[in-house]
Amino acid sequence: MKSPFLKTLGTACALSLLLSGTAIADHTVKVGVIAPFSGPFAIWGKQFKDGVEVYVAQNGETAGGHTVEFVYKDSGGPNPSGAKSLAQELIIKDGVDYLGGLVFTPNALAVAPLIDEAQIPTVIFNAATSSIVMTSEYFVRTSFSLWQVSEPMAQWAYDQGIRSVVISVTDYGPGNDAQVAFGSAFEELGGTVLDAIKMPLQTNDFAPFMQRIKDQNPDALFAFLPAGPPTFAFVKSYNENGLPDAGIKFLGTGETDETNLQALGDAALGLTTAYHYSADHDSDLNRAFTAKLEELSPGSVANLASVGAYDGAHVLYAMIGAVGSERTKAVDVARGMEWESPRGPVSIDPDTRHITQNVYIRRVARNENGVLVNEEFETIPNVPDLGLMQ
Amino acid sequence: MSVLSGILIDGFSYGMILFMIAVGLSVTMGLMRVINLAHGGFALLGGAFAHWLTSIASLNYALSVILSVLAVMLIAIAMERALYKKIYQFSELQQVLATIGIAFLMIASVNLFLGSTLLPIRAPAFFSTSIDLGFRSLPAHRLVVIIAGLVIAGGLYILLDRTRFGIQLRAAVDNRDMAASLGINTVKIYALTFSLGAGLAAFGGILGAELLPIEAYYPLRYMVLFLVVVAVGGMGSIAGSFFAAISLGIIDTAARYIVPDFGTVFFFIAMMIVLTLRPHGLLGRI
Repeated sequence: MKSPFLKTLGTACALSLLLSGTAIADHTVKVGVIAPFSGPFAIWGKQFKDGVEVYVAQNGETAGGHTVEFVYKDSGGPNPSGAKSLAQELIIKDGVDYLGGLVFTPNALAVAPLIDEAQIPTVIFNAATSSIVMTSEYFVRTSFSLWQVSEPMAQWAYDQGIRSVVISVTDYGPGNDAQVAFGSAFEELGGTVLDAIKMPLQTNDFAPFMQRIKDQNPDALFAFLPAGPPTFAFVKSYNENGLPDAGIKFLGTGETDETNLQALGDAALGLTTAYHYSADHDSDLNRAFTAKLEELSPGSVANLASVGAYDGAHVLYAMIGAVGSERTKAVDVARGMEWESPRGPVSIDPDTRHITQNVYIRRVARNENGVLVNEEFETIPNVPDLGLMQ
Repeated sequence: MSVLSGILIDGFSYGMILFMIAVGLSVTMGLMRVINLAHGGFALLGGAFAHWLTSIASLNYALSVILSVLAVMLIAIAMERALYKKIYQFSELQQVLATIGIAFLMIASVNLFLGSTLLPIRAPAFFSTSIDLGFRSLPAHRLVVIIAGLVIAGGLYILLDRTRFGIQLRAAVDNRDMAASLGINTVKIYALTFSLGAGLAAFGGILGAELLPIEAYYPLRYMVLFLVVVAVGGMGSIAGSFFAAISLGIIDTAARYIVPDFGTVFFFIAMMIVLTLRPHGLLGRI
């Protein structure tokens, strides 16, 4: 059941492939990057671009004799139809052979049928809902999924002797993922989930939730909120309502994301999270990565977005280096790839095309310069996307 | 019992923060009849100045708050003279478009100079301590906000109802030409009142920042919230805004405590009921 539109598109793409014969001759391969570069989420696009530029600066502009050219397109916020038409424009007008970027799940899902039809390998730098990679054989993902980090958190918490939790998540897709992932894993281990609170997306004042959690007196609170103002207010509220003093531990995932960590200030100290990347990761490769990032884009903070884009560029370079514009075989190159990333050793799962990586348990602390960092103190090695195993 | 008192206290303090930020809008939109969607922008500017003064220039908190509010009031006077004096004459839709444009300019300016991440205002350590009320603890900054809100509410009531300036303002708003012909300097009155509204926005933005953190998209993120408080309270009524903010704060808090899964729906149901029964708001002037 192909729509006439997609047929036309397919023909157009085939045509553009023929026309791009000249492009093959001078060995330029274009990669379209779809990300927000304006509006409230503009920082994502900037972080992606910075990450890619660090990779290019370290590895040169060519991969296996092909010059790689990145074309950036601004998708704004979650905007499926906009993302789809940008992808179409990149494929047909700009003649890109590969796509990358994608911050939001709806945008990634909207692009899936297009890249299937036009056979465009697409590396997802962020969009973290487990099921996305199942919607097209052309998706490869270098970010993480909430299942991937929430289950190890549950395991670690149980190992620490935590037996009862209250789960408090923002009521939207990723929040629900985090709640189910953490809750089912924790209960399977024998722990008790006293309450699962779904907080409205438009919450400003978290005090009532904190009071409710405190009344139930759990060993720990597992939270998931979108980064930015909600996390800021939530963490403040957690401290001000005396939950740490009542012995209720904070367990999270990306709440202590580096871009907003300094803003949280002392309130963040001691927060425990499970995540795949910390800018503080102790490896030479990560130090080289953060140093180059600071050199190229002063003030840019290394976080999940920049490392997702950096590794995404690595996968793109590997694919382009191996097959150039013969992109139909490119995804097979990515399957099973293993390499050392600034976040640690990683590989692409041959079946799911999602990144397998270490998950780190971290604690917020001040480093020797007085800067707040996520200090990794425990490693759970080689975690696949557990969501896809369900 | 402790649940009920917890809801009342949290709701009251949340409502007070809403009041602090929305009262400036009640002055400009309610009294001066200019639909100022850039209101949150003045709160943003105040917060951005306070962020800059406390974090980068490492100034004392109280001094930073005063300087930030004054800076915003000066900017507001300049903008009133340059832009708003023309906007007063516009039709309602044009006012909406013009002021939302101004809000976008403010967002873009803050974004350009300070970026789009959170802009924390370094508050004194006292703010984050808990004060024990016997049956529960309350963060100290909420107590500060409650006291500041009561002072502002009382101060505005005296200013608008009991002073010469208030009388002149009400005269100028009711019939500008007549007031001018009686020798009232309406140009000055308008500029000062507008600046007062902007200054209140900045003050509310800074004090409320612990709950509604300052970042470049602040004006759009919370615009609906301010408009609801002013609409429910009744245009131009300081007391109305006060009661609206407190009751909406309590309703919202109670709903989130008791039935968190229903989200903010009760907040808007309350708004719809009030506006159906009293289209001009709780204490609105017809």
